[in-house]
Amino acid sequence: MEFIDYYKTLGLPKTATESDIKAAYRKLVRKFHPDLNPNDKDAEKKFKAVNEANEVLSDPEKRKKYDKHGKDWQHADEIEKNQQQQNQRRNPGRPSDSEEFSGDFSDFFESMFGAGNARTGRQTKFKGQDISAELQLNLEDVYQSQKQTLTVNGKNIRLTIPAGVENGQTIKIANHGSPGVNGGPNGDLYLTFSIAEHPKFKREGGNLYASVDLDLYTALLGGELMVETFDGKVKLKVAPDTQPGAKAKLKGKGFPIYKKEGQFGDLYMTYQVKLPRNLTAKEKELFAELAKIRNHGN
Amino acid sequence: METNQLILLEQFCASHGIEMAFIQTLEEFGLVNLQTVENKHYLAENELSNTEKFLRLHFDLNINVEGIDVVASLLQRIEQLQLELTAAKNRLRLFE
Repeated sequence: MEFIDYYKTLGLPKTATESDIKAAYRKLVRKFHPDLNPNDKDAEKKFKAVNEANEVLSDPEKRKKYDKHGKDWQHADEIEKNQQQQNQRRNPGRPSDSEEFSGDFSDFFESMFGAGNARTGRQTKFKGQDISAELQLNLEDVYQSQKQTLTVNGKNIRLTIPAGVENGQTIKIANHGSPGVNGGPNGDLYLTFSIAEHPKFKREGGNLYASVDLDLYTALLGGELMVETFDGKVKLKVAPDTQPGAKAKLKGKGFPIYKKEGQFGDLYMTYQVKLPRNLTAKEKELFAELAKIRNHGN
Repeated sequence: METNQLILLEQFCASHGIEMAFIQTLEEFGLVNLQTVENKHYLAENELSNTEKFLRLHFDLNINVEGIDVVASLLQRIEQLQLELTAAKNRLRLFE
C-alpha cells in the first residue's frame, strides 16, 4: 500500500490553512470534475484523489491524525482496526460501511480512516463512475442494425447497434455506469466501436472504395463487368477508352448512413487495368502492327 | 408529446431539493426546454441527463448560470471536435 501525500495532491504545504485547503480543493475539483471531462479516465482518477485528500485535510480531526501518523500510517491502521472492532461489538447488526463504499477511496485511505468514515461529514451526491468499453466489430456487423447483448461490469445490457456506426465512434448509454454515491445518479456507459479494416472495401463515412481488375481489351473497347458490392454482385458498364486508375461511381451501393434509415452512400470502383502476359507470336505480331499504326498514323 | 414522457417540474425539483426558480433560470438561458401542459411545467425525459449535469455543475462546483452556459457550449464544441477527429482518422485509414 503506497503512502499518499494528500498535501501534494492538493498542491499545498503542510502549513496550509483551512481556507487554503478549501480554495485548492475547489480549484482542482473544477478542473477534474467528470462532467467537465467526459470519458477521461485520467481526470476521473485525479478527481477521486482530490476528493479523498479533501475528505481528510478539510476535517480537523482527520487532518490531525494524518499529520501525526504521516508515513507511519501502519500504526494508525492497527489503532483504527482496534477501534473498528470495538465499534462492531457495540453495533453487531450493522454492516460495515466499507462494504457499501469500497472502491471510492484508496486502500491507504481506508486503512487510515475506514471507508465509512469518509461519508459521515459532507453528504455530497456524486454521479457514479462512467464506464468505458470497446466493442470490436467487423464492417459486415455494422451494415445492418443489429441487437446485441453485452456484459459490462457483470450486468447484461441489451442494445441495438445502429447500422452505419463509424470506427472510433463512441455512443453514450445513459445510466448504465457504476451506481451513484449518496443517492447521486448512476454513471454512464461509453461504448466505443472499433471496426476492423475490410480486405476489399475501404470506407469513408457512407462511401465505400474498392478496386476492380479490368482486362486491356475491355478497357480499350468497353464492355460489361460483374463487380462485387457490399450486398451482392452487380453489372457495371465499362466505357470504351477507360484509363487505369479511372473511377466508376455506383450510386447508393455504399454503406448505410448512420441514423438515416434507407439512405446509403456510394461505391467508388477504381479500375486496375491488367496487361496480358505470355503473349503468343501472333499476339506480338498484332501488337507490333498496332504500335506501328499508333506511331505512324496508318 | 405525451405527458408520460414528461417529468413534472415540481416533482423533479422536490426530489433534487432545489427551487423551481433555478430551472426556470436555466430555461431563460436556453439551457433546458420546459414544456407546459395544462398550466403545469414539465421536463422532457431526454432533457433529464443534461439538466442533472447542470445541477451538479452549479451545486458541486459553484458555477453560476452564466458559467454553466459557457461550459455547456464548450463541451458541445469539444464533442464536435472529437467527432471531426474520428472522421479525420478514418479518412487517414484510406491512405494507409
